[in-house]
Amino acid sequence: MRTLFQFNGGVHPAEHKQESSTQDIACAPLPTQLIVPLQQHIGQRAKPLVQVGDSVLKGQMIGQADGATSCAVHAPTSGRVSAIGEAPVPHPSGLPDLCITITPDGAEQWVERTPLDYQSMSPTEVRKHLRDFGLAGLGGAVFPSHVKLNLGKLAKVPTLILNGAECEPWITCDDRLMRERTADIVAGAKIMQHLLNADEVLIGIEDNKPQAIAAMRAACADARFEVIAVPTLYPSGGAKQLTKILTGKEPPSGGRSSDIGVQIFNVATAYSVARAVLHGEPLISRIVTVTGNVDQPRNYEVLLGTPVKELVALASPRNDTQGYIMGGPMMGFTLPSDAVPVTKASNCLIASSPKLFPPPPPALPCIRCTQCAQACPVNLQPQDLYWFSRGREFGKAQEYNLFDCIECGCCDYVCPSHIPLVQYYRFAKGEIWAREREKQQADLARERHEFRLQRIEREKKERADKLAAKTQGSKAPSANAEADPKKAAIQAAIERAKLKRAGVMPQNVENLPVETLKEIKEIEARRAQLKQAMEKQPDTPNS
Amino acid sequence: MAFVSTPSSVSAVMLKVLFALVPAIAVYQLYFGPAILISIVLASVTAIAAEAAMLRLSGFPIKPFLLDGSALVTAWLLALSMPPLAPWWLIVLATLFAMVVAKHLYGGLGNNLFNPAMVGYAVMLISFPAHMTQWPALSTLAQAHLSFAETLQFIFSGALPDGMKLDALTMATPLDTLRTQLLLGRGVADISSMPVFGTVGGKGGELLALAYLAGGAYLLQQRLITWHIPVAFIAALALFAFGFHAYDAARYASPWFQLATGGAMLGAFFIATDPVTGATTPKGKIIFGAGIGVLVFIIRTWGGYPDGVAFAVLILNMCVPLIDAYTQPRVFGHGEKNS
Ligand code: SF4
Ligand code: SF4
Repeated sequence: MRTLFQFNGGVHPAEHKQESSTQDIACAPLPTQLIVPLQQHIGQRAKPLVQVGDSVLKGQMIGQADGATSCAVHAPTSGRVSAIGEAPVPHPSGLPDLCITITPDGAEQWVERTPLDYQSMSPTEVRKHLRDFGLAGLGGAVFPSHVKLNLGKLAKVPTLILNGAECEPWITCDDRLMRERTADIVAGAKIMQHLLNADEVLIGIEDNKPQAIAAMRAACADARFEVIAVPTLYPSGGAKQLTKILTGKEPPSGGRSSDIGVQIFNVATAYSVARAVLHGEPLISRIVTVTGNVDQPRNYEVLLGTPVKELVALASPRNDTQGYIMGGPMMGFTLPSDAVPVTKASNCLIASSPKLFPPPPPALPCIRCTQCAQACPVNLQPQDLYWFSRGREFGKAQEYNLFDCIECGCCDYVCPSHIPLVQYYRFAKGEIWAREREKQQADLARERHEFRLQRIEREKKERADKLAAKTQGSKAPSANAEADPKKAAIQAAIERAKLKRAGVMPQNVENLPVETLKEIKEIEARRAQLKQAMEKQPDTPNS
Repeated sequence: MAFVSTPSSVSAVMLKVLFALVPAIAVYQLYFGPAILISIVLASVTAIAAEAAMLRLSGFPIKPFLLDGSALVTAWLLALSMPPLAPWWLIVLATLFAMVVAKHLYGGLGNNLFNPAMVGYAVMLISFPAHMTQWPALSTLAQAHLSFAETLQFIFSGALPDGMKLDALTMATPLDTLRTQLLLGRGVADISSMPVFGTVGGKGGELLALAYLAGGAYLLQQRLITWHIPVAFIAALALFAFGFHAYDAARYASPWFQLATGGAMLGAFFIATDPVTGATTPKGKIIFGAGIGVLVFIIRTWGGYPDGVAFAVLILNMCVPLIDAYTQPRVFGHGEKNS
């Protein structure tokens, strides 16, 4: 028996798992259109490879990874590209993003699928393929997998952890996946183990999923992977928390888990790695739990890009459904509309109704009861962070480790004053980022200004020199140009490069790249939302 | 933001605290007469009226805040700390002071630095020391008894039934007795044989202490308080008492006596554990509780007042920001050493 470790606090919200966990995974039918966001992962958005009107095949790459932290996106089915442009996406900011819309032709015609002989390939090669297969973490964080599988300078990462804890209430997609597609999960883990050169593979599953544990144990018997039942306690499925439970080690604050010799992936990611490497299938679908205020809660295998509206219709939402939560009730967010598509991050859709998720009573002041601190898995003092965030003492908030907060919502859950604590932390984090950026921009502007002054100075001097040369006589200048053709050529090249760069580089603060602009817009939107929400708090009249 | 939450609320928390006080009130009433019930009612009515008025003045929504129950908790704790046979205006004044100055002028619920009940108590003790000694005698020891109606009349008008003297009703508390008798040069063992003393503490008072202990156990079981403050308080007080008692048993009372008398148990479980004005980090709570325990012993033994809970709590309230700042727990993922 392995000794398990504990993290501080944690909570036991009502599980609501049995609603959707009793039925097997169903295949969602082909939707009328597929809206594929180019940014479904953390990092740089993928670059579109197709144009409106193009025909695409199922599994064809339509967006290419852009930079080191990025991964590809693919056509989920065969059809025609009907639009490329901004469309609503499932993001808490509610802002639209660049999407490629595909009208299916119904033929489901695949691109050529070539399995990889990964054992004879170099790890770098395999990782490049994974990037082009669009692999990103399917637990919800959607970090590009090939980045996490990079050993870098390390000879190995001794411990590989598969996260099958699935600790959020209502969500059962990993549970069903572990029960039904066990072999591919194990195969994926083997590939990851190979890439990381890992000595041991630990699979952590909360003990409220006995069937999944049994299935995984049976499949792992000869792989010598260890399937470990961990006590059901939210948020045991947090990557850092599970690492602590299984190994006793804490991923360092601000560092990576590989710093302590551990790498952790969701079980669904392992499954998709196996599909990609062994079957040549890029990531074009995932399992989504559809539950909550619906008549037939169930898990579906869904093509990425399927509009939420078409997916939830399969589960028959009840009449009083008010909206949809993406993710679980602890960390999820309300979708801006049901027109948004399912993405790599969508593990669960919960139809919400006022009965199922009644709005919290009005918030009262913090009574410093420290229920939140007792529940915080990171061992923060949420009541202090709240105090600093509300008072806009952001420096203090950072000093009290605001950025270690994983926004798990445990503090929200227990607070007897029903203070939306996490909202305050997001607000504070957003403000701090915004300020950081403003500072950077100010620095940049100052640099530019200084540069400009220098240039003016130089030009003045050049003019004066020219004038002096002119007065000296008219023989010298032409000779100068002829004498040094090399210099002239270099000058021309520099001019060309300058022109080229001007096209892609930010010219000034008002003309930032789209990513940055979008980020700023997002933060602004979030700020506005939070401000609004906080103004509604009754405890603010004298603040 | 989480879409789900525990059904707990501030009102539920406060109601449970009130509930935890019920056994103590029952014992109090049984052994020391009905006066306590009257002062609880007086304090409660005053507290609610003051709270409503202050909420109105400061522009807070009245209903949710009035229903939070915190005013009642302050009122009850205050009533249990004050001598119930004192004239009606004493408890009213104390409550007003607690609610208006100590709570609302500091910003209302959650913002006050000092424990409101203890502020009210301390101000009365300093301003009206004579009235603050009108403790009812244990009913089995009292030379006379008042009915409920007579008690009411006495509290409101100061008039006693014909021929009855106040002395017949009140009595020095065990802590008081110990103090004065020690000054007269008697030894602890000798003093403890006086009728006001019981097995370990004061007669009747011992049971009251047990009732507070039971209430405290309930609060712990309901996870409304953590063990840190009460345990540190009791341990510190007992340890000091033990040390001095062992050194000179004739001059220093036993740890049991210290724990079973005065406001020790009320203070340990209900007053020092007030979340708003107490330390919040686990280590901080231990320092906070132990600090109060030590101060209670010092004030009782060498100070000018017989009991020291109120002053000890207020002094430690002042130290809370400092204590919290220096006792931040190690955050997940931060090295063992740097906190
Ligand atoms: S749980 Fe709520 S009321 Fe209690 S200390 Fe935390 S923030 Fe304050
Ligand atoms: S949301 Fe942040 S502060 Fe609150 S319990 Fe989770 S980690 Fe702690």
